[in-house]
Amino acid sequence: MTVQTLLADLSLMTPELILAIGAMVLLMVGVFAGKDELKVARLVSWLAIGLLAAAAIASMLLSTGVSTTAFEGAFIHDTFSLYAKSAIYLAAIVAMILAINYLETEKLARFEYPVLIVLAVTGMSLMVSSNDLMTLYLGLEMQSLALYILAAFNRDSQRASEAGLKYFVLGALSSGLLLYGASLVYGFAGGTSFAAIAAAAESDPDSLGLLFGLVFLLSGLAFKVSAAPFHMWTPDVYEGAPTPVAAFFATAPKLAAMVLIARVLTEPFAAMADQWQQIVIVLAILSMGIGAFGALMQSNIKRLMAYSSIANMGYVLVGLASGTQIGVWAVLLYMTLYIVGVAGTFGVILSMRRSEGMVERVEDLSGLAQTNPGLGLAITGLLLSIGGMPFLVGFFGKLFVFYAAVEAGLIWLAVVGALFSIVSISYYLAILKRVWFDEPRGEFLPAPAGVAAVTRIAGLSTVVLLPFVALLFAQVIRAGGGIGG
Amino acid sequence: MLGQLPILTTITFLPGLGAIAILVLRALMRKEDGASMERNAKGVALFVTLFVLALTALLMVEFDPSVAGFQFVEEAAWLAEVGISYRMGVDGLSVLFVLLTAMLMPICILASWKLEKRVAEYMAAFLLLEMLVIGLFCALDLILFYILFEGSLIPMFLIIGVWGGQNRIYAAFKFFLFTFAGSVLMLIAMITMYAQAGTTDITQLLTYEFGRTAQMWMWLAFFASFAVKMPMWPVHTWLPDAHVQAPTAGSVILAGILLKLGGYGFLRFSLPMFPQASEFFAPMVFALSVIAIVYTSLVAFRQTDIKKLIAYSSIAHMGYVTIGVFTMTELGVQGAIYQMFSHGLVSGALFLCVGVIYDRFHTRDIGFYGGLVHKMPVFAVFFGLFAMANVGLPGTSGFIGEIMVMTGAFQVAPWVAAGAALGVIGSAMYMLTMYKKVVFGELTNTKLEVATDLNAREWINLGVLAVLAIYLGFFSTPITDMTEASVNALINQYQGALAAPVQ
Repeated sequence: MTVQTLLADLSLMTPELILAIGAMVLLMVGVFAGKDELKVARLVSWLAIGLLAAAAIASMLLSTGVSTTAFEGAFIHDTFSLYAKSAIYLAAIVAMILAINYLETEKLARFEYPVLIVLAVTGMSLMVSSNDLMTLYLGLEMQSLALYILAAFNRDSQRASEAGLKYFVLGALSSGLLLYGASLVYGFAGGTSFAAIAAAAESDPDSLGLLFGLVFLLSGLAFKVSAAPFHMWTPDVYEGAPTPVAAFFATAPKLAAMVLIARVLTEPFAAMADQWQQIVIVLAILSMGIGAFGALMQSNIKRLMAYSSIANMGYVLVGLASGTQIGVWAVLLYMTLYIVGVAGTFGVILSMRRSEGMVERVEDLSGLAQTNPGLGLAITGLLLSIGGMPFLVGFFGKLFVFYAAVEAGLIWLAVVGALFSIVSISYYLAILKRVWFDEPRGEFLPAPAGVAAVTRIAGLSTVVLLPFVALLFAQVIRAGGGIGG
Repeated sequence: MLGQLPILTTITFLPGLGAIAILVLRALMRKEDGASMERNAKGVALFVTLFVLALTALLMVEFDPSVAGFQFVEEAAWLAEVGISYRMGVDGLSVLFVLLTAMLMPICILASWKLEKRVAEYMAAFLLLEMLVIGLFCALDLILFYILFEGSLIPMFLIIGVWGGQNRIYAAFKFFLFTFAGSVLMLIAMITMYAQAGTTDITQLLTYEFGRTAQMWMWLAFFASFAVKMPMWPVHTWLPDAHVQAPTAGSVILAGILLKLGGYGFLRFSLPMFPQASEFFAPMVFALSVIAIVYTSLVAFRQTDIKKLIAYSSIAHMGYVTIGVFTMTELGVQGAIYQMFSHGLVSGALFLCVGVIYDRFHTRDIGFYGGLVHKMPVFAVFFGLFAMANVGLPGTSGFIGEIMVMTGAFQVAPWVAAGAALGVIGSAMYMLTMYKKVVFGELTNTKLEVATDLNAREWINLGVLAVLAIYLGFFSTPITDMTEASVNALINQYQGALAAPVQ
């Protein structure tokens, strides 16, 4: 490998380099910048936001429209991964903005938090660019290890520690499954690169060994997107982890893992579409069902959002089950709109602060439309958008995952999804009932500026985006056109 | 002149702008002066709805009834990548519903003038609803139609749930979930059409021929949505609850406009797009409609709540509409549209009448009332007039719609006409009994002594509707002229599609 090729390869991963080197620098800054812990944490947080913004800009500038690989094919650089990266960085920035103030008031402000976020994002970046089982596992673990710590970041809280431990133990189990699947695939395909696996799958689509490996791989990945039946950790972790951490969990890592699943299924295992389609369908139906019915019983809004995310991942998998290019870009569209909705909703949850502290029961939202009309309108738009209700922008995500399924001949799956959406809309309505119909029970304290801005912007975008949603379509279609088919 | 102006877009989105204006107003003035903010909110709402009405009147003048196709068509790229556009246009089937909506909205605002609870949101919700409903009647794109159709649930859910009666939350959820359940199936059918025909343009879909089996499934999916909306027996149970709990203006909109979405949907989608399936399922629709007419008439007779009685009577009257639509005769379809328009006026007026006495005595219990004629003679006249119009007395608009539908039905299936005729007897039975109990007799309940007759606002509201109900009872051409060309084109196309061999 000459220096030229090395430099060329490295230039393709500029965003990752920015983040990885930046994380090290931030660590140094955190250690040596001064004694005042609060000030240092704030400084590092804003530096981390700047770092993520730089990475986002880099990933947008790098976009050339052609697909190239680096490091002997281990790392892929295409419109699909670049779109995902931009979205992940932006989601991480929003998660950071949501976190800063919360951490300070909850006495959790430590500079490790932004560093861990940046490290997790680096891992996600690698995941969406992986073109080899090695890179895949590397990225996934890098992400997961940072997330385990983040879940238990409030180490004095029993619930947070429990959440972190639970997440770690189950996550380690799923990583084990994934690794076992990867080794099976390696054994039967004779290589770890996606190209080698694709060739092996093509030559023998009915290979039992590959199929076995694929099932384990998929199980491990399904854990990361919290698709049922690998969803058990989600409600507990969402509830136990500090709220901004849950907001982060619900956005960027979900997108990264979903994009990774889409790539693994439609590139190396494209030839085995008939086989994995059945698995994805089962995952989709279970997720939609468990998510919809599980959320009905919840009184804690963070747990409810956890079940809602399980259900929403089910809808994304409906799109993926089609196995077509439309399915791939529908996944991107759905995930993007979903992230906007979830980020805003967590903004609302972070605004639920009374003089006695944070509250997180659904009934604490009672009368919000009267005590704080802006917030009331925002959560209405956001929840209905997550629920895929027209005329809010989230409807388009649902429309096109169903379209992808129908177009691929899976009309019945779309019908099942539509029927579950009746159940899931009813728990969003149950929240709106609190917000609009019930009488107020005390006001919330004014939200910090960052949180308020995120809530307002995300809430407005659910309606204002409607005339301009074509721009988003152009992006996701361009990105989704890069893989699968 | 109007050819250049995007008049449909203006009519549609003006109320939306009004709603935004009210919310901004509220945000700016909330702290300082609540009362003047509320007055301003009402003023904005009334002004916007009246302005929309004026524009709609202009539209009606410019509308050329002799053209069967769509007029004032507007088209703009929206989601060009996936072939979904922003397309608007009206024809003889839809233009009257735009007019009906624009007419009833200012009346609703006036009827809510005395509202005290969360006025700004209320007015904004009504304006939002007006925007969505007018938009969906004009929409010429399948997805655009669905977005507006389904979106109209949100403001109505809030109107029932926030400003409704005792049991409003149950009613709001029932309303939302029933209609939502019906329309998600329609969404899947629409996606299937989109995938098969490769377009969401309604004008193109009208001439696209779907296979017979596909037609059957898609017809059923659309039926699931429109039958709930209509509502048809046996999925009508949400309506009495929603009506009883909704505030007066909410009931007027629900009965006057939202129930018409089902009938409009059958005419716009089910018949022209799935002719074979419509032919196949017509007997089922007839049977369900006749059951609805007879059954709900009997149920209405046993009601003690005036609003519930009118709600059941609405279901019976919507039975005529479905019969008329599926006769696929010129007379039947025109009659169905006539009946919808007339029912929009009459049932709206009846709910306003109930609102008049509910505002005074805060009960809708028939047993509470009696002898109102002694204290409220003008009210008694109006109420009597609308009760008669609801029964279908000759000389009122209700008569013309019913007789047209029954004549149309007689040409196709005499037994249906016979069943429908039972409803006329039934409606006379329950309406007159109720009217007698509420208005006539001795004034025995001392609480009624304080009754005052109509005020100026109520005079205007009921007066306008009364004039229209009587005028349309004598002169049917203002409506039939509008619909004739489009209905004929629809029927010709339908018969042509049936005659052509399909796979």
